[in-house]
Amino acid sequence: MENESKTNWWLKAIQTGLIGGIVAVLVSLIGMVESFHERDIIAGQITMGETLLLLIVVSFGYFSSRGTEDTPLSKRLTSGALTSLMIGSLTAGLVLVGKVVNLRKVLVNASPNLYKILTFENENTTTAVIVLLIAGAVIGLLASLVHVIPLIWRRAIISGLTIAALIALLQDLIRITLSRFPAFSESIAWMFGSRGEEGLSVNGALVVFIIVTAINFFSATRGDAVRGRVRALPSGTQTALRWTSWGLLGAFLLIWPQIAGPYLSEVSNSIGLFILMGLGLNIVVGYAGLLDLGYVAFYALGAYTMAVLTTTGGEITANIEWTFWQALPVAVLGAVVAGVVLGIPVLKIRGDYLAIITLGFGEIIRIMFLSDFLKPYLGGSFGIVLIASPTLGSTALKTPQTLYYVILAACLVALFVAYRLRDSRIGRAWKAIREDEDVAQAMGINLTTTKLLAFATGAAFGGLSGAIFASKLSTVYPHSFVLLVSINVLALIIVGGMGSLPGVVVGALLLVGMPELLREFSEFRLLIYGALLIAMMISKPEGFLPEAVHKRELHESDNVSHPAGA
Amino acid sequence: MPNILTAQTVTKRFGGLTAVNTLSIEIPEKSIYSVIGPNGAGKTTFFNCITGFYQPEEGEIVFNNLSIRGLTSDQISQRGISRTYQNIRLFSNLTALENILVGQHALLKSTLFGSIFGTPATKREEAMAVEESRRLLSFVGLSGKGDFLARNLPYGDQRRLEIARALASKPKMLLLDEPTAGMNPNETEDMTKFIRRLRDELGITILLIEHDMRVVMGISEKITVLDYGEKIAEGTPKDIQGNERVIEAYLGRGSAAQITA
Repeated sequence: MENESKTNWWLKAIQTGLIGGIVAVLVSLIGMVESFHERDIIAGQITMGETLLLLIVVSFGYFSSRGTEDTPLSKRLTSGALTSLMIGSLTAGLVLVGKVVNLRKVLVNASPNLYKILTFENENTTTAVIVLLIAGAVIGLLASLVHVIPLIWRRAIISGLTIAALIALLQDLIRITLSRFPAFSESIAWMFGSRGEEGLSVNGALVVFIIVTAINFFSATRGDAVRGRVRALPSGTQTALRWTSWGLLGAFLLIWPQIAGPYLSEVSNSIGLFILMGLGLNIVVGYAGLLDLGYVAFYALGAYTMAVLTTTGGEITANIEWTFWQALPVAVLGAVVAGVVLGIPVLKIRGDYLAIITLGFGEIIRIMFLSDFLKPYLGGSFGIVLIASPTLGSTALKTPQTLYYVILAACLVALFVAYRLRDSRIGRAWKAIREDEDVAQAMGINLTTTKLLAFATGAAFGGLSGAIFASKLSTVYPHSFVLLVSINVLALIIVGGMGSLPGVVVGALLLVGMPELLREFSEFRLLIYGALLIAMMISKPEGFLPEAVHKRELHESDNVSHPAGA
Repeated sequence: MPNILTAQTVTKRFGGLTAVNTLSIEIPEKSIYSVIGPNGAGKTTFFNCITGFYQPEEGEIVFNNLSIRGLTSDQISQRGISRTYQNIRLFSNLTALENILVGQHALLKSTLFGSIFGTPATKREEAMAVEESRRLLSFVGLSGKGDFLARNLPYGDQRRLEIARALASKPKMLLLDEPTAGMNPNETEDMTKFIRRLRDELGITILLIEHDMRVVMGISEKITVLDYGEKIAEGTPKDIQGNERVIEAYLGRGSAAQITA
């Protein structure tokens, strides 16, 4: 018995190492390492490509040495070292094979440059292999030693490293943003690599790491005490404190485009439009459990309604030329009507079948906009141009920095509505249908009206988002409304946490914001996306910020506590 | 006592199988009435016909002097029939309190816009609904457990919660499908007392499916026995206990002779 479990653990370590090795080799062969290598995380010291490989070795080493509470250190160390040694040797194998056979004929990314990176620019293959193996084993040992660090410190250090890496990744954005304020010019030079180099400087990395780690450590050790003291304050002070923090958040959101500049504002606007759609789909899927894969239809309808009603382009027969504000309610209403009309035929349909049918609806709407038959009215594949921008008084809100406020307002309204509905009679009926449709009906819930209300409310948010989208681009084309939009919105709800409002915001930031900011790696975007989704489903299937349990038996005051906010 | 529910020659078929066959039943108001029979006798199917889960092919069901045939289950619930399920069917990811709030759905009036704008009427109604839910929680003995997710409650509590949810719609008649299934003798005893309280204190007519004969004989005023979808006996517990066809249905042909001999 003893012997058997012994074989098991080291076999397992090797197995984990094999998987890690395959991941490392794959990531190298698809060109990720090489293209990531062009960016420095810490200027002149370590590149993103190296960080990626390091991350693979460390995380697999850490994972394999996890064991249980009472696993002896020696066993952990051996497991970690074995796993990482495997990764090192597979990578070394790649280098060796690459020296003998020209892999490039089949795998275009197996370039000399890649080998250079993998061998740490060592000309001599033998030395390179030895270095790789030793480096693997040593990193594995270090990774398994992480288990010895107390949990609080471990968390603090990991978050410190993550934030530092994140700042280094987004360095050009931060740099551009800060460079608009001359007062920061010296600290920028100190924090980031000098001109021409990228990433954080050594100083900068250290400062960020130390600050974040310290904050995290203190919030973990002292956080409870502070929170306890806050809770001990008189309720008036507590309310004031809560309102102050909401006020600060509000103020930040208001001045954000001024700090961020046009590019980041543009990214924020895209995120905002997806938050709107996410909130809408969250009502349909997250609250009512009706899996809708054609949600893009409402987005498209909102956009086209806005386009037809406000265009001054003159290529389509409609010559309405309304203003943005006149067209907006019609666009939302149009989406609502479409939500009801598309909802009626699927009332009796459940689960997978519903998903397939709604998927069809989404495509029908898109193809309808594309059709030659409707071309005189909807512009066919040429779309509709010269769509009105929102106006405030006599100024048109055309730039990303001004349009931001329209989107922010829309998001706040949508969040407020979704928040209010969550614990209302209707919201409960939706959740009851999600949990068990038959029983919900037997509890006196009218399935027809309740489901149609969910479709209609969800569609309203989608229509709103689409209408703003059309006026943001000032053009609409059918190809903006492909299935992938529906899938993206669904994915952001799942990543954030089904039915959770903060989850929608976090999901949109992650799945819409990150890819926008890392455009240069866009060829790997879907891969990272997929890997992230798989990792999420395995480790945190309920999402990053799952819907919280709303305590209402013992805490009555919860109803009035916080207004909706991002 | 007038009859609150009358079923006349109700028949429900699934393909070639007749699950309930020309069943007629009369349930007096404020009585405790049991339907018993071997497994597969059609008891739950009959429940499903009453509550609108199934539409019977033939027959008529009259509740409170009005026909409920052809109505959907939400309409029937609004007429005052509520039920529990053989295998507990709570809204498992909602809290216990929310489960009861859902039960009150049809009694509440707040609309989509009322909820969004937080009108005083909506707020007042919501506060009263929460208060009523707390009262029901304590009535079934679950005080303090309202904020637990339904799926995290122990089995016995889930049974109680299901009854509380059914009571939340203020039914005139409650259909209990094997309420003591899976309970030990003590819990069964408690549940029996509790069912009697429902009738005595709230004046609710109880229609019961139950396998535990001690429960059935102890609290029922009248019993109908089903076998292969047909009524084979009807009467007071005493009548049923001595009925030969019933004993045969449960124990097989010839057993009655042995027992009575």
